[in-house]
Amino acid sequence: MKTNLILFTVIIAITIQNLNAQFTQDSLVYSFDALEPYIDAQTMEIHYTKHHAGYVKNLNKAIEEANLLNKSIDHILKNVSKYNSTIRNNGGGHYNHALFWQLLTPMKNTKPLEKLSKAIDSTFGSMQNFKKQFNQEASSRFGSGWAWLIVTPQKKLAILSTPNQDNPVMDDAPVKGIPILGIDVWEHAYYLKYQNKRNDYLDAIWNVINWEDVSTRYESAISQK
Amino acid sequence: MQPAGLNEISQTAPFKLPPLPFNHDALAPHISEKTLSFHYDKHHKKYIDTTNELIKGTEFEGSKLDEIIRSTANNDKYQKLFNNAAQSWNHWFFWNSLKKDGGGIPKGNLLDLMNSSFGSYDQFVKEFADSSISQFGSGWGWLVRDADKLKVVKTQNADNPLSHNLKPVLAIDVWEHAYYLDYQNKRNEFVFEIINNLINWDFAEYNLSINP
Repeated sequence: MKTNLILFTVIIAITIQNLNAQFTQDSLVYSFDALEPYIDAQTMEIHYTKHHAGYVKNLNKAIEEANLLNKSIDHILKNVSKYNSTIRNNGGGHYNHALFWQLLTPMKNTKPLEKLSKAIDSTFGSMQNFKKQFNQEASSRFGSGWAWLIVTPQKKLAILSTPNQDNPVMDDAPVKGIPILGIDVWEHAYYLKYQNKRNDYLDAIWNVINWEDVSTRYESAISQK
Repeated sequence: MQPAGLNEISQTAPFKLPPLPFNHDALAPHISEKTLSFHYDKHHKKYIDTTNELIKGTEFEGSKLDEIIRSTANNDKYQKLFNNAAQSWNHWFFWNSLKKDGGGIPKGNLLDLMNSSFGSYDQFVKEFADSSISQFGSGWGWLVRDADKLKVVKTQNADNPLSHNLKPVLAIDVWEHAYYLDYQNKRNEFVFEIINNLINWDFAEYNLSINP
C-alpha cells in the first residue's frame, strides 16, 4: 500500500515535470517491490526514479540544444553517430531502460511462445543453452553495459553485449539488429542486493523475464521488411 | 614516505594483493566499512587473482605489473589481461590516494604547482570533481603530471595514465561499486567527500618526487 502510494506520487511528479518535454518515462505497470526477491524494491525505485529519470531529463535538454525536438528515439539512435556523446549516452539510456521495464514481470517463470521457442532451440540447441550463452556474454562484459538477444537483418537470433548505454539499434553498433531482450549489467542494476556477484543477479533475473513480451517482439521483428 | 604495498605491486607474477594502508573502518563515514570490505576484499582481490590466472603461459610471466599494463594497452589479444592488470594497479593507487582525515588545501611546492596549473585550489577542486563526475559509466578520475603542469583526466573502465605516458598523482574510482552502497546514484556526493575529506596529499607529493 505504502509502495503503491509512493509509486503514484512519483508518476504524478514525473508527469508534471515533463509536460513540455519531448520524452517521458512510461509508468511502471508493477510496483517497485513486485520483482522481489530477485530484484529488490530499493534497487527498482532508484533505478527507475533516479537513473532512468536522469537519462530522460538530460536527453530532453540535449535534443533541445541540438534542435532535434521532433525526432523519435529510434530516429535519434539510428543516426547517433552524427550527434554528440550526451545525446548518445542519454538517448541510449532512455531507450534501454524503457525497454528493460517492459521485459520484466512479476508473473514468475513465463515461457516463450511457440515461434520464439523453436527459434531458440534451433539457434542455441535448447533454452538452457541459450541462457548459459547469454549469461556468459553478460558476465564477461567488462564495466558498465548491456547484454542483448537480437533479431539480425537476416532474421536470425544472436547474442551480444554493448558498453555503457550503447545498443544494437545505433547506426555505428558493431552488430546491428532489433533487440528483443536486454539485461542491464551496470552495477547500479544489482549492487545493493548482489554486490560483486553479478552472476547471482544474472541467474536470478530469468525468474522475472516477461517471455510473452519478448515473444511478441520476436514475431514483430521477423515480420518486418 | 613510501606508499603501502609498494613491494607487492613492484614484484613479478604471481602478484600478491597489496595491503590496505588503513583499517576497513578508517574512512567512515565518507566510505563505509561495508563498501571497503567488498571493494578491497572482493573486487581488488579478484583483479589480482584473475591477472595471475591470465598471465600463465604468456610472455609476461617475468614482467612487472606496470610493464604488463604498458605492453597490453590497446592490444585486442590481451584486452582481458590489460583490464585485470590495470585494475590491480589502479586500486593499489586509489587506496594510497586516500587517508583518514585527509583532504583540504595542500602545502608548499604542491600548492605552488597547483596554483600555477589551475589558478587556485578552488579551481582544482572544480576541475577534478567535474572530470571525475562526468566520466560516463565505469572509470576513473585522475590528477596527473604532464611536463611541468598538473592536469585532470578521466579514463574508461580499467584504462589509466600509464598507458598514455602521463604521470599519475592521485586517483578517484568512479565505478559504481566504489560508492553505490553508500551513495547510490549520487556520484557527485562521493567525489566531493573524497576531495574534501580523504585525499592523501603525502601520496601526491611522493608521486611528484619519483617523477621529477
